[in-house]
Amino acid sequence: MSAVDTQNLETQVHHDEHHDHEHHEQSFIRKYIFSEDHKVIAKQFLITGIFWAVIGGVFSVIFRLQLGFPDANLEVLRPILGGWITEQGKLDQNFYLALVTMHGTIMVFFVLTAGLSGTFSNFLIPLQIGARDMASGFLNMLSYWFFFASSVVMFASIFIQTGPASGGWVIYPPLSALPKASLGSGLGMTMWLVSMALFIVGSLLGSINYVTTVINLRTRGMSMWRLPLTIWAFFLTAVIGILSFPVLFSAALLLIFDRSFGTSFYLDEIYIDGEALHNTGGSALLFQHLFWFLGHPEVYIVLLPALGITSEIIATNSRKPIFGYQAMVLSMLAITFISFIVWAHHMFVTGMNPFLGSVFMLLTLIIAVPSAVKSFNYITTLWRGNIVFTPAMLFSIGLVSFFISGGVTGIALGNSAIDIQLHDTYFVVAHFHLVMGSASFFGMMAGVYHWFPKMFGRMMDEKLGYVHFWITFVGVYFVFFPMHYIGIAGFPRRYYSWTNFDAFNMYADLNMLISIAAIITLSAQFIFMFNFFYSIFYGRLAPLNPWRSNTLEWTTSRLPGHGNWEGKIPTVYRWPYDYSKPGAKEDFIPQHIPHYETLESNLEHEKALEEYDKEVAKEEEIHISSHSH
Amino acid sequence: MTGLLIITGTILLIALFALVYRILALVNIAKGASEKRVGYSNTVNGFLFIVFFIVGFGAFFWYSAKAQYLPPPSSEHGVVTDNLFWTTTAIITVAFVATHVLLFLAPYFFRFREDRKAHWYPDNTKLELIWTVIPGIVMAILVITGLLEWNKIMAPAPDNATELEIVGKQFNWMVRYPGKDGKIGKYDFTKIDGTNQLGMDFANDKANFDDFTPREIHLPKGKPVKLNIRARDVLHSVYMPHFRVKMDAVPGMPTTFWFTPTKSTADMRKELNNEKFNYEMACTEICGNSHFAMRMVIVVDEPEDFNKWVTEQEPWSKQNKDYISSLKLKDVNLADLEK
Repeated sequence: MSAVDTQNLETQVHHDEHHDHEHHEQSFIRKYIFSEDHKVIAKQFLITGIFWAVIGGVFSVIFRLQLGFPDANLEVLRPILGGWITEQGKLDQNFYLALVTMHGTIMVFFVLTAGLSGTFSNFLIPLQIGARDMASGFLNMLSYWFFFASSVVMFASIFIQTGPASGGWVIYPPLSALPKASLGSGLGMTMWLVSMALFIVGSLLGSINYVTTVINLRTRGMSMWRLPLTIWAFFLTAVIGILSFPVLFSAALLLIFDRSFGTSFYLDEIYIDGEALHNTGGSALLFQHLFWFLGHPEVYIVLLPALGITSEIIATNSRKPIFGYQAMVLSMLAITFISFIVWAHHMFVTGMNPFLGSVFMLLTLIIAVPSAVKSFNYITTLWRGNIVFTPAMLFSIGLVSFFISGGVTGIALGNSAIDIQLHDTYFVVAHFHLVMGSASFFGMMAGVYHWFPKMFGRMMDEKLGYVHFWITFVGVYFVFFPMHYIGIAGFPRRYYSWTNFDAFNMYADLNMLISIAAIITLSAQFIFMFNFFYSIFYGRLAPLNPWRSNTLEWTTSRLPGHGNWEGKIPTVYRWPYDYSKPGAKEDFIPQHIPHYETLESNLEHEKALEEYDKEVAKEEEIHISSHSH
Repeated sequence: MTGLLIITGTILLIALFALVYRILALVNIAKGASEKRVGYSNTVNGFLFIVFFIVGFGAFFWYSAKAQYLPPPSSEHGVVTDNLFWTTTAIITVAFVATHVLLFLAPYFFRFREDRKAHWYPDNTKLELIWTVIPGIVMAILVITGLLEWNKIMAPAPDNATELEIVGKQFNWMVRYPGKDGKIGKYDFTKIDGTNQLGMDFANDKANFDDFTPREIHLPKGKPVKLNIRARDVLHSVYMPHFRVKMDAVPGMPTTFWFTPTKSTADMRKELNNEKFNYEMACTEICGNSHFAMRMVIVVDEPEDFNKWVTEQEPWSKQNKDYISSLKLKDVNLADLEK
């Protein structure tokens, strides 16, 4: 044991020395653009994510105009959309599908994967586990710049003459494989695939870094069972990403081959545009399997970080330990595992063997159990708490509400017999927008409000935060709740208009309501943007620990510099959820406070730690003095 | 001009907003920072959750009662799956309401008070077990009932089922019935052209000669019907909302779905008191720009009317004699088609 300890000490001394030599000024470019500092990279991800969220949001409002006001003249939009507004002042049908496709792609990948996981994994992992930076700053920098390159390609694809990809965000072939099949399946689709390939590279570089950092760079005393739930969530998210994104990469690669090099991985017996294609022997279903092997875990890549962030914020602001810490970790582990074996529930009626459908239905409904456990634990954490409603806390409560209301409908959809009718209707749209879209978005917002003081050293305005929350919360419910009714009435997804069908020629009022709510909800996001950018420059200076939180990031200086802690990295003596511990002076005990300083509040099983912590502290003391001469 | 007005208006609005915000911020600074840890907003926010709960759930129940859903299913399995759906919905509504009572009421009652301390309650294994096991059991029941029905729906079609072929293409549906021999002829996608849209392979399968391709689907009431589904170009999906039928059409991979219609079009017209009612088929797999326009009318007849309709139909080969003769098939006598 001692051998290991000395080794640890040595590496740490070395690390600190190394750190001391680094106090030279960096050029602007190295500091803010090609930066290797995880905090700067996190902010780059966040700002890029916000940029994409605005585009994704505006796209959704444009197609909601078409759906909510089918008779409206959209001539007003011509300055922006140009030729995509037809001569009759209508939205072009091809462009409608392109908008739907880009909205999905942007929101799922660019906002909720990169913008959420990229931002907070980068920002919080080193700060909360007590590390100077990520395991590899260079790979981390590359991760962002691959994402940036991917963003540039995707953004450029919006402006090409044939329009961006338009086969739905799932880009099922043959539609996406045949440029003749749809306007967006030409250059737009090629750019989509190139962009996603770059995106996946960036995502993998990031994920590998997150996993390595969490495993190797935890500070002394930070055992896995003392990790904040945020870190558990980011860690498992990264694991899911590493295992599933390569499969999407291969799916995309085969699609590129089918499109450009005449192979037939996904194509068989196709007659299009007056011509029978030579392709035979491929399987369109193969793509769907490969896609959803990523696609379903992707839901949890998007959701888990949000749940992790929420766990942290709810515990902090309820002034209570998170209820069932171990159960929370175990349920996240269970979700991680099961997320890989439920993908085919997206394919019950695709012609897949019905027996496979039965198996996937069983597995799918199993995943509801750990999800249910998580929601119950959140509610129990609130129960008998001493709740402070910071904007972050409001968004976290909102997340739990969406997670439940969107989650329960998953029980209906996961049932293959019921799914026959509901598949690809607005019921599905309502379901995933609540449980994955809105919940994750709220997690992201909660995270921004909560960690803004640490990111920028200033506070955001609370009142504006409240207004932003309430409009968004009510707005989101007004947008997505009515979609359940429309879905039960059978309205199919990705329809430009429903008036061709007698069966769907109703609910014009509800669709209008949804569109109006969408416009209001989007507008409310500008309150946030104002608050965000204004506060970066003019916000009130943040106190060191504004939320009286236990985790390590609040032990740094107001605006931590390169290396995070000016002195040595704090040692961790306890788990992160000692809130309102009986007997304690304050209603929180940060992780770096040793048990011998909190004799009045130590629980029975913690008495033994009093001595142990003393020894640890002494060792750390020696280490510092040996280092200081 | 309108664009310019809108832009100016927006800029003015933002400027106004920023100004008001700045003034309020300055007033706050002048008053001095509040000493208390938590302000009055805490109570307001807690209270708003209760308001949201009451108004939200009020609206939910009120609207659910008057919402217009699809009419009751017109197929045998549809009755069962609809029941499954509404049972599941009842169960999840209970869970939804119960959790939200706690989630939206707790905030107000447990809002921050300086003199109170939160209850230290880090875990409770028994409680955790209860809420792991109960959802587990409920899920198991739902899964089993769903599974039984799924297996029934997906079982092979009965032998006496009326067969027809549905082919999806951009952007309409085509249907083909087997004709007198009861067999749908083989097809070959390389035989497709402007005339022979379905790629019927007359050279290799004589069963094609009596097949007919009507403009709308006719189904016999009370008899099992088997759909043979395929696609010509990209994915499509056969969706018959009133029959609770959905199955993808995949190029190169024929799929099937069978069901039993239980109400004729006339029955439905009477039931809904709507003389214009028609069953419809739609596409639910995105297939290109006119995806939303792939409508085909379905007519459910009484069995005897259906049989009569079948006998009235003229085979495709008879309507396209020029095409058949252009094939120059040795063993086909064009005169035979007249019979």
